[in-house]
Amino acid sequence: MNRELKRVSIVVLLMFIALLSSTSIVQAFQADNLSADPRNTRTLYDSYQVERGAILVAGEPIAQSLPADDDYKFLRTYTNPELYAPITGYIPINGEPTGLEFALNAEMTGTSNSQFFDKISALVTGQDPKGAAVEVTIDPVAQQAAWDALGDYTGSVVVTEPATGRILAMVSKPSFNLNLLTVHNNKEVTASYEALLADDNNPLINRAINSLNPPGSIFKLVVTTAALESGDYTPESTFPNPAVYTAPGTTSKIENSSGQPCGTGDTVTLATALRLSCNIPFAELGVKLGDTAIRETAEKFGFNKSYSIPMTVAESVYPNGLDDPQTAQSAFGQFDVQATPLQMAMVSAAIANGGVVMAPTLVQEILAPNLSAIQTFEPAEMGRVMSEKTAATLTGMMINGVQDGAASNARIDGVDVAGKTGTAQNGSTDPFTLWFTGFAPATDPQYAITVLIEDGGGMEQSGFGNLLAAPVAKAVLEAVLNK
Amino acid sequence: MSKASAQQARQTPVTQPVRRLHLPQKLRNLELFLLLIACFINASAVVLVQLGALGEIDTTLVLLGAGLAVLVIGLHVVLRFVARDSDPFILPIATVLNGIGIAMIYRIDIADQDSGWESAAVRQTVWSALAILSAIVVLLVIRNHRVLFRYTYIFGFLGVVLLFLPLIPGLGREVSGARVWIGFGSFATFQPGEIAKIALAVFFAGYLVRNRDSLSMVGKKFLGARFPRLRDLGPILVVWALSMSVIIFQRDLGTALLYFGLFLVMLYLATGRLSWVIIGLSLFLGGALLASQTLDYVNGRFTNWLDALNPDVYEARGGSFQLVQGLFGLAKGGLLGTGWGQGRPEITPVPQSDYIIASLGEELGLAGIFAILALYLLFVARGFRIGFAGQDDFGKLLAVGLAFVVALQCFIVIGGVTRVIPLTGLTTPFLAAGGSSLVANWIIVALLLRLSDTVRNQPRLVI
Repeated sequence: MNRELKRVSIVVLLMFIALLSSTSIVQAFQADNLSADPRNTRTLYDSYQVERGAILVAGEPIAQSLPADDDYKFLRTYTNPELYAPITGYIPINGEPTGLEFALNAEMTGTSNSQFFDKISALVTGQDPKGAAVEVTIDPVAQQAAWDALGDYTGSVVVTEPATGRILAMVSKPSFNLNLLTVHNNKEVTASYEALLADDNNPLINRAINSLNPPGSIFKLVVTTAALESGDYTPESTFPNPAVYTAPGTTSKIENSSGQPCGTGDTVTLATALRLSCNIPFAELGVKLGDTAIRETAEKFGFNKSYSIPMTVAESVYPNGLDDPQTAQSAFGQFDVQATPLQMAMVSAAIANGGVVMAPTLVQEILAPNLSAIQTFEPAEMGRVMSEKTAATLTGMMINGVQDGAASNARIDGVDVAGKTGTAQNGSTDPFTLWFTGFAPATDPQYAITVLIEDGGGMEQSGFGNLLAAPVAKAVLEAVLNK
Repeated sequence: MSKASAQQARQTPVTQPVRRLHLPQKLRNLELFLLLIACFINASAVVLVQLGALGEIDTTLVLLGAGLAVLVIGLHVVLRFVARDSDPFILPIATVLNGIGIAMIYRIDIADQDSGWESAAVRQTVWSALAILSAIVVLLVIRNHRVLFRYTYIFGFLGVVLLFLPLIPGLGREVSGARVWIGFGSFATFQPGEIAKIALAVFFAGYLVRNRDSLSMVGKKFLGARFPRLRDLGPILVVWALSMSVIIFQRDLGTALLYFGLFLVMLYLATGRLSWVIIGLSLFLGGALLASQTLDYVNGRFTNWLDALNPDVYEARGGSFQLVQGLFGLAKGGLLGTGWGQGRPEITPVPQSDYIIASLGEELGLAGIFAILALYLLFVARGFRIGFAGQDDFGKLLAVGLAFVVALQCFIVIGGVTRVIPLTGLTTPFLAAGGSSLVANWIIVALLLRLSDTVRNQPRLVI
């Protein structure tokens, strides 16, 4: 039996050699790659051990690491956490890290490549490693005004600076208290996190960049851009004006929201159709333009594209391969067209900026611990969507929409506001999605704003954009213009 | 000289006192010395966990640990009386592994902020005490391992009953998909399969010693190897069917692999026929392949193993999340580890049982893992030594079977964590949280000690 025993001993030895090799491979040779894996939360949590840089709004910290007397050394503390939750995000002990905290983790912990020499010098001088601070583009007045104006609605407000792409306000409601998720107590954090996850209103979602809704009538701005840029249409181009329209190749009927023709007369101009936000002329226009032309324009604005601010923004969608009835629906922002509030803010901002889309961003400056700037904001163009002439024409049309049209509740005395409202359907019975997008002052645009109200603003299918969303935009614009 | 007369010779009043006089208990003294080192390591581990994770020393667990040390020393004293020539390394190795396990479980309790009876470390300590007591009982009751030979078939029956106990409705409990637990009301749960592995090892040893001749019969020659007669395939098919039913009904790959591997090795040792191994491996691989095609959970295990880092597999329900988190933990540990209490093993799911080796790897590093593997290897080697030196085939087979079961269990679970093989749920012997596993492994310790004592006590027979 001993001969067999010897052989089995060798097998056992081989089994252990296999284990010794496999652990060596994982712990010695693959260790660096595994540590660099973005899913490796251990690397993230290590970042708690260093003094993370602060996140600053107008020089005041909204997130900072305060000394803590536990093994994490520092406790991340948020000032006005509900107001700024969509901007800062958080790195919880468990759960998904989000926001700038996640996107700029390397910079704020001092481990980014640009801070390599700082790391070396910290090593030599024996100082504790310290991360860089991030100054954001947020204007505290705009942010607070947007928060107040949105009230108890579920939704979002985004304000940008058309000429630069700087995001001046980004509010998402309902929000939550970030400080609940950063305490150094696993059980408490888990309980808070689970409660937030279970909340039907999804407070953890940053609606400004991650909530996709049908844009409804505000998408008509994109279609109008495509029409004017094609050279075949002017604001005075006319369309047949029936009370009910049936797109070629289908029997399903499209109506204007009034259920009536668009104004009086057998035909209606493009300008009137946009001003009164009629669906039928746009459905007709959409079919004539074709889905390809609309998609190309939408993509120039940023649809079907992924970009980051530096958080990754959910891709707004204009679908591929639409037939005529679908194109007709898409021309007034229905069918499968979907957009984030930030994307719609970029549409308004591009019109306000003479046709050029600026890359949106939240980062004004990244400051090393010695206050030298590691990175300073430079405006960056994403591309030209339309000619200056088209932009000027559209601006005029949007001013009319506020002065004398469907967006009348955004009117501000003494200031020209350009705007467009939207009331989008979500299936036949679900509450509407309400929108406003626009900019002011229309003659010298300083602020582009988009308001999203989800869940019908609590009014099921009886609310509409001009009733609920336009007043929110008006309040915010008044606050920033009277600053 | 026959075995019976040798026994008699040993029992005569003349030889017994003489041997006692002339042989000071060198082995036991060595064991005591090693035990003291083991207890020192264990106490240091708990204190280091407290310093690392709490920053202060809390005496509760140190006291509980001291209680365990007293019990282990008690076991040592028992050995001085009833198995004075038993192997001096087995007990210290089991002690230090058990202690390191408790320290790591305690460390994870701290991370999860469990205390009192909630604390897995407290439960583990109590179970360790029970396990060491059962080892003492086994040593006191079984004075001669050949008693076990007499009850071969009872052990076989017991093994199968224990194995399938969890399938009884009302008694069985399902934990994370595998139905291998039993519970009484809300009362403590137990994995009878752990005890079954000992009963089956005894049964296999007894059965194979009795039937080795017919099983060694040669049949036709095929592909250069002599294969057994068709009619002798019965036993291996029965064990194979048993393993397959564990895979299908209890959804437990690891246990099936463990039992089948154990049987195969003992069958090979008893008969010396390599063809059994070939037949057995093809049967098991065939069965496993079939299972991976038809059973979702087996298929999932294979996908997780082969493509662990793929984001889709990682995100999937029942995907490789745990496996990859374990790897992240090991990677974090690197060569020297973060130190006791300084890592984040709690991020990985079940860091105190199936994944305790990853937790240890994170905090003790590759160096710590090597030390632990070396301890296991030494433990197994001591078991094999009994096999080499033993005189009776039953004792030899039993010793090697028990040692091999520990080795195979280490390989299956640690190999699963480090992606040598697909991950299957099994406890890491002595280390992992789990009462039934501790009791079973300490009974193995007792049996190996008993067997090693017999080996040294028996005068060399003519071989």
